[in-house]
Amino acid sequence: MSAKNALLALRFAADPRRLRRVRERVQVLAEHLGCTRSQVSDLVIAVNEACMNIIQHAYRGDKSGQIMLEIRRDGAELEVLLTDFAPPVDHRAIRPRPLHELRPGGLGTYFIQASVDDCVYGHLADRVGNYVRMTKKIN
Amino acid sequence: MVYQVKKDSGFAIIHLVGDIDLSCSPEARKAILDSLGAGQPTLVDLSGVTYIDSSGVANLVEGYQTAKKKSLEFGLLGVSEAAFSVLELARLDKVFPIHGSLKERLAKNG
Repeated sequence: MSAKNALLALRFAADPRRLRRVRERVQVLAEHLGCTRSQVSDLVIAVNEACMNIIQHAYRGDKSGQIMLEIRRDGAELEVLLTDFAPPVDHRAIRPRPLHELRPGGLGTYFIQASVDDCVYGHLADRVGNYVRMTKKIN
Repeated sequence: MVYQVKKDSGFAIIHLVGDIDLSCSPEARKAILDSLGAGQPTLVDLSGVTYIDSSGVANLVEGYQTAKKKSLEFGLLGVSEAAFSVLELARLDKVFPIHGSLKERLAKNG
């Protein structure tokens, strides 16, 4: 997917301090597109949690890593693509914990699944890296 | 995020304000665990929280479990709408004791 037709295209460091600004940008875009309050919140949560996964599990805290965020609209559907350039992650290990198991951690993946309609993880074909593609129907 | 810890009516009250995300959740975790480590019944005031992510929620779960092991009281005060919707999403709104305010909590002592 090229950044050419993206409604939002950001490239930023895998640094937790960047997340607030990213959330603000996603929120502004979603509001501009006329998303409901709940849809705005869902999109912000999904992007934030997916970025956290990249920071913690792909780059393992290396803040020099880069993350690319692209958001596109296809009719009533928004497509959110997050790309990193970290060594390939074993996506089979990305599973939400059952909610009845009360323990810290494991909630991020559940938050993503609950916030979007579809979420697909994969490895980049042309270089080292990973992607997560999320889609959500709006309006 | 900024936070303030004060003591009132036998409780340590940790007032978290702003966005609780991965950039500051280790700080919030330390404040909660330090308070419980000192043997203090602890209430976390979320009235000024504008956003909380899964790392912030994990802090609260860890605080709740640590308090339980130490037989200390742990609860949440004045949970903001933004924080409540995330607790609801994680189905934790029925797990944590949630009080509107310290006054409301103290009234439960009868």
